[in-house]
Formats: sequence, structure tokens, C-alpha cells
Amino acid sequence: MNQNSNIARRHFLKDCGIGIGKIAAAGLLANGLSSSAQARDVENPLAPKKPHFEPTAKAVIHLFMAGAPSQLELFDEKPTLTRLEGKPLPPSVIGDQRYAFIQSDAAVMGPRFKFARYGKSGISLGEPMAPLGDVADELCLIKSVTTDQFNHAPAQLFFNSGFSQPGRPCLGSWALYGLGAETEELPAFVVMNTGAGLSGGTSLWSSGFLPTVYTGVRFRNGQTPILNVATPTKFSSEVQQDTFDLIQKLNQERLGVVGDPEISTRMSSFEMAAKLQTSAPDLMNFSDETKETIDLYGCDPAKPSFARACLLARRMVQRGVRFINIYHSGWDAHSDVEGSTKEKCGQTVQGCAALIKDLKRCGLLDSTLVIWGGEFGRTPMVETNPALGRKAGRDHHPQAFTMWMAGGGVKGGMTRGETDEFGFHITDGKVHVHDLQATILHTMGFDHERLTYHHAGRDFRLTDVHGDVVHDLLL
Amino acid sequence: MANPLSNKKRSLFRTFVVNSFVFSFFTFGSHVFGQVSFNDQIRPILSNHCYACHGPDEEKREADLRLDVAGDVDMEEVLERIASDDEDFMMPPPGHNKPLSDEKKSLLEQWIAGGAQYEKHWAFVAPAKAEVSADSHPVDHFVDQKLKANGLEASPKADPATLIRRLYLDLVGLPPTIEEAQKFIDDPSTENWESIVDQLLQSPRYGERWARKWLDLARYADTNGYEKDRDRSIWPYRDWVIRAINEGMPFNQFTIEQLAGDMLPQPTQSQRVATGFHRNTMLNEEGGIDPLEFRYHAMADRVATTGTTWLGLTTGCAQCHTHKFDPITHEDYFGMMAYMNNADEPDLYLTDENSAANREKNRQQAETLIGVLASKWPKSTEEKKYPEFEAAFESWYENQKANVVPWKTIVPDSMSTNLVHLFQETDGVIFATGDITKADTYTLNFPAVDQPISAVRLEALPDTRLPEGGPGLTYYEGKKGDFFLTEIEATIGDETLPWKEASSTYAGNAFGKEGQGASLSIDGDIQSGWSVAGRVGERHVAVFNFATPLPAGKPFTMTMKFGRHFASSLGKFRLSVASSDNVLSATMLGDDSCENAKRAFLLQASELKEHSDKIRKLLRPLQGHSTLVLNERQEGFERKTYLHHRGEYTQPKQEVNPRLPEAVFDTEPHTLPGNRLEFAQWLVSRKNPLTARVVANRQWAAFFGTGLVKTVDDFGMQGDSPSHPKLLDYLAIELMESGWSMKHLHRLIVTSEAYGRSSKFDKVDVNAERLLQRFPRRRLEAEIIRDSALAASGLLVEKMYGPPVRPPQPSGAAANYSKTKWEASKGPDRYRRSIYTYQKRTAPFAMYRTFDASSGESCVARRDTSNTPLQALTLMNDPMFVEISEALGKRMSEVDGDDAEKIEMGFRWLLTRRPNENEMERLSSFYAKHSDWASVARVLLCLDEAITKN
Repeated sequence: MNQNSNIARRHFLKDCGIGIGKIAAAGLLANGLSSSAQARDVENPLAPKKPHFEPTAKAVIHLFMAGAPSQLELFDEKPTLTRLEGKPLPPSVIGDQRYAFIQSDAAVMGPRFKFARYGKSGISLGEPMAPLGDVADELCLIKSVTTDQFNHAPAQLFFNSGFSQPGRPCLGSWALYGLGAETEELPAFVVMNTGAGLSGGTSLWSSGFLPTVYTGVRFRNGQTPILNVATPTKFSSEVQQDTFDLIQKLNQERLGVVGDPEISTRMSSFEMAAKLQTSAPDLMNFSDETKETIDLYGCDPAKPSFARACLLARRMVQRGVRFINIYHSGWDAHSDVEGSTKEKCGQTVQGCAALIKDLKRCGLLDSTLVIWGGEFGRTPMVETNPALGRKAGRDHHPQAFTMWMAGGGVKGGMTRGETDEFGFHITDGKVHVHDLQATILHTMGFDHERLTYHHAGRDFRLTDVHGDVVHDLLL
Repeated sequence: MANPLSNKKRSLFRTFVVNSFVFSFFTFGSHVFGQVSFNDQIRPILSNHCYACHGPDEEKREADLRLDVAGDVDMEEVLERIASDDEDFMMPPPGHNKPLSDEKKSLLEQWIAGGAQYEKHWAFVAPAKAEVSADSHPVDHFVDQKLKANGLEASPKADPATLIRRLYLDLVGLPPTIEEAQKFIDDPSTENWESIVDQLLQSPRYGERWARKWLDLARYADTNGYEKDRDRSIWPYRDWVIRAINEGMPFNQFTIEQLAGDMLPQPTQSQRVATGFHRNTMLNEEGGIDPLEFRYHAMADRVATTGTTWLGLTTGCAQCHTHKFDPITHEDYFGMMAYMNNADEPDLYLTDENSAANREKNRQQAETLIGVLASKWPKSTEEKKYPEFEAAFESWYENQKANVVPWKTIVPDSMSTNLVHLFQETDGVIFATGDITKADTYTLNFPAVDQPISAVRLEALPDTRLPEGGPGLTYYEGKKGDFFLTEIEATIGDETLPWKEASSTYAGNAFGKEGQGASLSIDGDIQSGWSVAGRVGERHVAVFNFATPLPAGKPFTMTMKFGRHFASSLGKFRLSVASSDNVLSATMLGDDSCENAKRAFLLQASELKEHSDKIRKLLRPLQGHSTLVLNERQEGFERKTYLHHRGEYTQPKQEVNPRLPEAVFDTEPHTLPGNRLEFAQWLVSRKNPLTARVVANRQWAAFFGTGLVKTVDDFGMQGDSPSHPKLLDYLAIELMESGWSMKHLHRLIVTSEAYGRSSKFDKVDVNAERLLQRFPRRRLEAEIIRDSALAASGLLVEKMYGPPVRPPQPSGAAANYSKTKWEASKGPDRYRRSIYTYQKRTAPFAMYRTFDASSGESCVARRDTSNTPLQALTLMNDPMFVEISEALGKRMSEVDGDDAEKIEMGFRWLLTRRPNENEMERLSSFYAKHSDWASVARVLLCLDEAITKN
């Protein structure tokens, strides 16, 4: 053998471990490797990395209520609106805000639901959110979130990537870029969507200008969530195993001839693919969950649902998945905000509450940040439009909306921020989306101003040139 | 220009001898001060550590100190501050997290000691061509100089099978067939190589391969992007790119036609199609958006894309404020935008030599159908009774005749709108052009009429200049060509004249309940209105009756309001008035004969809708395929460009005229390009130091994996210095001097020794690869992986051009807002080259995305090359690859000969070389065990070598 093959063997031993077909990766196994022109050296871009400081959240589950839930029905109780129902808001309140559908002189509509107080903290929730009352003292409710965008796709992109246009990395990608992956058995950044179609599309989990290995992996609903993870029916499991083995042997031989460590990375990729073929079905096999757990979520393990996705998220966190997005779309209540809110809450609230209880029970809540919210809020004014067949709805409202977080180092049982009597403007404790992004990164151990990537002539970061960590929210 | 090198008799793989080498690794367009070069050593330090606060951006400039250009600077103090460890005095300040290393400090000291001489940034100085001796290949001349200077010895030449596969993959994006490969393997001479190169440069496959790279920059896709992400028709632009590249269109012409083809004298259809380049911006159709806001985002994208594609400058950085590192001011940014901001963005319906005949055929067919329409009148049945046809017509005709009165066309004295330009054509026709909003108001002032007016008639008129032939200007979200008249008002002075009733000949509502017509335009509700969805491209009529006639002798004003959750103003119309004692209804009848009236009746009768719809389709004013183009506005209708504070759409400030960044380009005022065409011409003129370098560098990167300047999209201060500056300049000038011939440049590169080197190596040395000691192995691009697999399996269909097609992919892979199902094409379209695959922005074809293809959401100059488990799963399990495995397996099984021969052929189809003994043995025993050729084929398709350019 020539010198090539010695070098190659060293690489192979170092990067891949030994034993074709069942390589034990010894912590070096790459989930993927970028060999871009800028980083050609052999280095695993998903190797675990230390953040700037000790994180409080090892994992993040972002429950993204796409379409924008109504804060006025669920969190931000405004009796004044009931009193003013049918009358327009003073123009001085509305200013020069542009609207998607309504005219700015549209009449006010009172909240459609009663509110009650929950937990020791006495957090106030609208009736459809009642099941969340059980975990009220875990919630960090922020009634004063504000965004720059008033259309769905741009606002969803803005929340995820800090920019209203596609092309920048999303939160999950930044997290992976900064932290690497903890597991080799599953993708480190997983995306699920259990509701209607998603306005922002795949850009919502895109790595943007970061290397593509930091892109979120979308789990499809159904039994084989990862695209192509199941062996095609045409091939027996024996063929599949032998195929893996033969590919590895032939690649290894080639590595010996060519000496390019990229080939050993390719072998690692196939190795990890083989693992995924086992670990993905294992993840989806709920038979190790107790009936009590299943009942807690109220889901049918055989059927895709938001609650099942929440349960899956807990299973993923246990397996070391770093960042999980669960999108549930369809909150866009331009008509019948009452019926629509009831319906969406019916599909989701039990799952949210169960997730928090379950994480707590498993001792994972302290190290897992759960985030709940939409891309903006809904107007205090009613949307009625005979030409579109709409009535008793609410339009998009970027000025003020409510989100909540739990676990992962945020304070439980607290409410932050106030809006005016119409729920239109924030009067106290404003939290801009960039502030929230800075805060989320903070829980993961990052100074958002230092988590940067050089691209197109400058250092980019999630929060652009904005954002302050909201320390009040943190333990 | 066919064979630029032939006269020089270059030997391709001859060992290079450096005749004379007087050069230094570190000098390029730069003087050496002491041992320090400003361009190579000092500027990167200043740019990285100092420019953010002491650079071009005035707003962020601290202490009024500028270090990016020579000026009145106390360098002694600079030195003291750099050396200091006093936190309040030291520079850079500790809070900036950009401390200077001792080495850098020392370089700065040396530079200052040498007089702190500045130089212009290398990329902003015109390229200069270095001498190359006549008997050496210019590429090797420069590459070998560098190797020698670094004490590196070039790797040997690659074996012929590897070489020929490399060449085919690079030039045509497909592996060679066994016969094609053998032609070179049997005669690996320079002459044969060069002749194969020439053949490949003439292959139609060449344009398909290189167009794909260009489409990454053009951010091409077949949908509009954002939430709705509906289909658009712009594939004629994609075909234009393929044709232009195949025809060898000079790059300067290629540039000018794409950026400003519409402004060339008597532009051809092809030149107009080319302007699709900047129509590849996204279009937000989400309900309720502000269309001008997203037009602004599209403009910002155009500036950034132009910067990346031609200038290699990160112009986008100057959208919010003056560039932190490069001398591009905030105003320069909007100056560049102004060049491109004066075009309308219509659909262009394509015509060819058959179009006129097709139209005539359709018209005749429509006439034939109209001729027999009466015979289609429904007969009464048990369930449903119909009047007899003649009776129905008579009663309709009686009714309509009452509405045939003399209408007098009125012509306004003056017109105004919130934004749209209105102008008068002949016969009182008014045409609208320009940008529309969600709330447009047209105000028309009319002179007094000598009779009282009892009714006003509005004719909404079709025109091929309007979207889908009008009458409306709707171009997104709603039906193209529709309008939505929310209110119409007549006023005399401050007095509004009340309406009595209104009617229209047709109404169609694209959203919500079926429209009730023009009566909704007088109901006082701005949310309801008259629209004609379903019947665009036709004339429609509405009549509005006054409660009390508008008195004679008084000038009056008509106000029309348009818009709903999308912009929907009227594009062409005419107003006329009548004096009648009766309430008039809208009618399509004029002073028609009974025969014509019958025709009108037939076409509007709901009983015959199914038939008349077919006829209307045949008569549509715009037919065939369309594409998106730019159309420069006429004089007097210019769109103004404003500087936007912080780059935000909602904060327009002063108007900005077209201009270039002066500090970069040294332009004298009178030589400044004045409009988009001149801007395009300037981009590819010798006055611009950047374009040729940027383009040559990108070509280099396509072959060698890395550009001579690594940052292919940034030639500014923050970009990397070139590894081979003289070579870069040589290629840039050669490109220009060859008449901007890309084929010439590609030929020059692939006929070098550097290109022909082996990619094998025995130690990981990034520098050796960068200096091209060996050929850099790279994974193939997504599309080439698929195309190669299709070619090897015999499935590839070579049909070119036309609407996009859909290869198979797993269900649910293409999830998007509308949850459209991915219906894979049947038949040959399933196996067309990947450049023809339907490209949906929010749900790209999964296999391409997995292998790092671009989504068309932004300009991509360099794709990532990742290596992931999902790629492994795709190659092994994706239904498309299973299908390809089966085809390749079948093809192997059909080879005459024993198993080894079958394996060998399959191997060579995909990898070109023959399997070695070991490989043959392993594959044979695998087949012996499983007896399935598809499984063997699948193994081959998954090999690292199969998806790599070796």
C-alpha cells in the first residue's frame, strides 16, 4: 500500500471509528460536514461547542401559532372594548398604521370570552385557554410583544430570522451553528407542522447564509417522518444492510486511493443514515409511553396531531434534539374570531399544558425553554366585510400581542407588560421581537451581539443591530 | 475566435519551465513600503479592526477620524493608542471584541514609520495584463510561478478516464458515454483534448449546464414566493439564458440585454424576454399587503443582486446606512436603485411565426361556434322549463332596446389621482399607467354639458397593454386584469349628487359572494364594489342613474375609488352621459341590427354559458405563452426614487437621481450613465474595473471549486485578496479582449495543465489545494447528480425548453401554504434535465434542496457543498433514485455477456473508469448473493465517486 492509504486509514480511524456497517462513532461522527470553499478543512460543523456562558436552556421547543392568535380573547383582558363596542377608536390612537383588510375607522369589538385567574400567581387567561391554568405558575406571560411586520409571511420570517425577507438564518440554525449537536441519532433541529399550510414556507427553518447543515429537518406527519428514512419496500432489510456495507467498503477503498478526507465524511454520513433508519422508527414508537402520559396529552399515538407533536417533542428532547419547532397554523381569524379561537384552542391547549407538565415530571422543564406565540396580534377593531363574506373577525395587529414562555431559565408565574385600555398600544414593558430573540439566545448561553457570521462583507447576527436581553424575564 | 490557442501550439501537459520569475507572493498592484504592503497587509487590518468606527460611514464615525482614506490624521496618536493598554485610551476599545495581535500592531507600526501611504483598494484599480511568454499557457504560467515560490511540486496529470469525466461534468454537466470516453482514452493527446473541448462547447448540453449556474444568480423560480407562492410564467427567460449561452452571446451583450433589453433601439422579442433577469424578484400576493412596500423590497433585491452579479460588491450593506467598509454611501445605494427604478413590469405575450395564423384559426372557430350557438339552446325537461329560443330573445331584445339611447362621450378638462398616471387617448378613452395601491382615487373634472344628465355610463375597456388584456390593472392576488370599483361619485362644487340606481352588463367577484354589479359602487360602502372576475379581456358596461338629473350648464367632477385587500384600479375606460326620462340599464347593445343583437344575446345568455365560455376563450385578446419583462417608462411618467431613512420603506426622504458610487469608480459627472441602459453598458465597459474580474473569478470557481478570490460575492475591503492576482487580471482582460467570450474563457481554463492534474493527495494541506498543486475534488451540484444518474441509466430525455416539468418525489415533500400536491410528470417529461424542473420557492424540489441547490429566494453566487445523512438517505431510498436504480439495473442486465461484463458496463456508464479487481469482486459477490441488478445499480449510484467530480 502506498502512503495514500495510510493517511486515509488514519483519517478513517479518526473520523469514523472501526467496523464497517456498524461503526461506533466515538463522539467524532459527523452529522454532516460542510466542505464549502471557505471551510475546506476537516472539521465537523455539528460537533458540540461551548456557548459564551452557561446556558439555562439546553433545548428549545417553539410552539409557533401561525396565523396569529387573538391576544384580546386569550390573555389581554380589555373591558373597555366591550363598553365601546360598535364605536371607532380615536384616530389619534390609530396613527398611520396600515391595515391588511379593515379600514382604520372600523368599530371596536369587545372580547368574546370571559377571563379567570389561575394559580398562585393569579395569571389571567381567557376561557379557551383554561386548560393552561393548571400550569399557570410555570408561565412567563409577556403581554407587550411588538413586531415590525403586519403580513403573515414577512412577520413569520421576522420572528424566526430577524428579517422580513427570506435569506437569513432562523433561530434554530443560529442555535446549531453556535452549539453544535448533542445527538447523532436524530437531527438536531426538527420542524413539525400540524395545522394548515404555512405562510412562510421552508424559509422559516432555513439556514440562510449559514452552512446548509444547520437547516431544520422537517418531520412529515405520518409514520416515516424523515423524508426517505424508510427502506423502499422493493429492498429487503438484508439487501439494505448489505448495501450499506458494500457502499462503505467501496468508499473506503476509494479513500485509500484518493486520500480525500471528504470521503470519510461521506462514509460517516451513510453511517448516520443507517442509524436514522433505526432511531427514527424508535422515536415514533409510542408503546413505551404509559396510558397516563397518552391521556395527559389526549392524543392518539397513531394519528398526527398537535398534541402528538408535543409528545414527540418531549421524546426528542430526551434524545438530545436541540431545537424543535411545532407550527400550528390556522389562527388567522379574519372572520368569527370566537369560533375560530375556540377551535384552535381545542386543538392545541391541552397539548401545551401536557407538554409543560410532562417536561416537569421528567425533570426536563428547567433545562427546556418552551415558547408559545404567533407572528403578531389581532386588532381591537372588528373585521366585517360582506364582499369577502366575513364578520366578527379581527385583522392583523403588530403593535401589541401576547406570548408566553416556560422553563429553561425563565421566571414562572409572572406577567410582563401592559397595553392601553384598548389593547392597541403598549404602555409598559415593551418587548420587541428582537429583544425576545436576544433573550432566547441568552437562555441558550449566547450573547446575541457576539453570535455572528461573516457574510457578504459584514458580520451578521440574528438581531441585526437591535435587541436587548429582557433580564426581568429570567431567573 | 473559434480556437484562440491553436496558433500558439501549446502542449497541455508539458512540464512548465519558468523563464524568468521576478515576483513576490505578497505584492499585487501595490507598492512595498519597507516590507509592508498597504493593500495586502494593512488594509485588511484597518478594515477589520477600525473601519466600523473610522470608515466611510459618517454617521457612525467616531472622533471625526477616518482611516480608510489618506487624510489629516495624527498617526503618532494612532500609534500610541494602538500600543496602549489603558482601557480608556487604547484602540480598538476593549468593548469591541476586536483586539489587535502583536503581529498586526507591529505591521501598523512599520506602515506608519514608512509614511502611512495609502493605496486604492486593488479591486477598484483597473486590471493590468502581465506578460506571458508565447510558448506557455497563461494559466499555468501564473499557477506554476506560485507553486514554485511556495516550494510545491505540481501533482502529476490525472488518468485519461478521470480527466474526460471531469471535462464532461464541467462543460456539459453529464458524464461521457463509454464511446465518448473511449475516444479520449484511446488518444489522450493535446490535440484530441482540444478538439473534444471544442465539440463540448458546441453541445446544446453546454448551455443547459451553464445556464443553471446563471439562474442561481438570477434567483430564478417558477413561482412568486411568499405565502401564496402561486405559479408564474417566466420559463421563456430561462430558455433565453440557455440559448444565449449556447449561441456564445458575448457577456457584455448578455448583460445589456438582461438589464435593459427593452431600451435597445427597436428591441426584439428576445431582447425583451431577456429583461426577465430582474423580474425574478418575488411578488407577495398575501391578502392585505401594501404592494408598493414589496415592490420596494424587490428593488432592494435588484440592487443587491446587481452588486453581487456584476460588481462583486455587497451593495446591500448600504441600504440602511453608508457602507461600513466600502466607499458606498447611503445616497449612492439609492442612486444605483434609481437606474433600475423607472420601469413598468408587464407580462409579455410571446408571438412567433404561427401566432397570427393561430389567432385567425381561433377567431374562425369562434365564429363557427357562434353560428351554431342558437342550436344549443336548452330544451325544456320535466324538472326544468325553458322558454323557446326565439321568445326568449324577443323579450330580452324588447327590454334592452329601451336602453339604447344616444350617449354623449364626455372628455375631462383635467384629471388627477393619488399616484396613477391618467392620460387621454382618442374618443374620450382614458388610459391609466403606473403604480397602483389598495386605495386609488381618480378625480376627473368635466366641463358643463348643455343638457341635463340623467345617467352616466362607464365603459370598462380591454387593451392588450393591460394585464390579461384588462380592463383592470390588477396584477397580484386578484384575477389579473380585473378591477374593483368601490364607489363612484358625481359632484358639483361641494355638492354630491345622489344616485338612484345602477346596473352592469356583467359582474364577477373573485373573493367572497358573487358580485351584484355596479349597484355596489353606489351603496356608500367602500368595502363592496363592482368587479368582472371571470370575464377579463372584454368590454363591460355600467350605467349609473341620478336621483335628480345633473343640471345643464354646470361643470362637474366624477370621482372613482378603487381597491380592496389588493390593488385593483381600472386601466382603460370611457365615460358618457345621457338625458333620458327613463331609468337606464347597462346594455351591450349599441345601435345594432337585430342580427347583431341576437349575437349579443347568445353570448350573454346564462343558459348557454358553458358554450359561450369556450367562445370567449378563443377570442381572448392575449393568447399563448407569456413571460415577465421590464418596460422603461415613457418620458413624463418617470417614477421617482427616494432615499429611505434606515433603509425602511415607510421612511422616504429626499429624491435621489441615478448615480454611481464616486469613490469606487472615479466617474466624472459628464460620463455618468444616465439611465438603465447606460448603466448596463457602463457595467461591461472598460471604465468599470470590477465586472470582468468578478465574472472571470466565478468561472474559475466553477471549475476549481474555489475562486481566485475566495469571496466570489465580495471584492470589497472585507473580501479576500486573490490567491493569484496576476492570473485573475489576465483572465479578466482576456475575457474582455476576446469580445467577452465565455466559451473562450472556459476553453482557456480547461486546456491548462492545472485543470488536468490528479486530485489524489497524501496530506491535508489547504494551501496546496488553493495553489492548485492538485485538482480539487468536489461533490457535484444537485442537478448534475440527478442528470448523471439519469444519463447513466439511459433514462435522460434530451428535449429542451418549455414549461417546467416535475420529476417524482415522496408525498408530503413539497409542503407549502397551499398544500398543493406534487403530481409527477408522466412520460418523457419525468426524465428531462434538472434545469427544467418546476421550481417552487417555498417548497423546492426536495432532492435538490438536500444537495444544497438554491431556492430562488435570493441571488446565490456560491452554493454550499454539504455532506449529510439526509443525502445518503436520498440516494438510497428516494423513489426517484429507486426508479433510476431499476432502470440502470435493467440496462446492466441487458448487456451481452457474463455478470462481470454487466457490472463493468454499469460502472463505466456512471464512473467512466473500469472497476478494479477488488471492486469487481465485491460487486460480483453482492450480485451473486441478491440476484438483483437494481440493487447493484443502487450501490453504484450511492458511491462517493459517483456524486463527485474527481
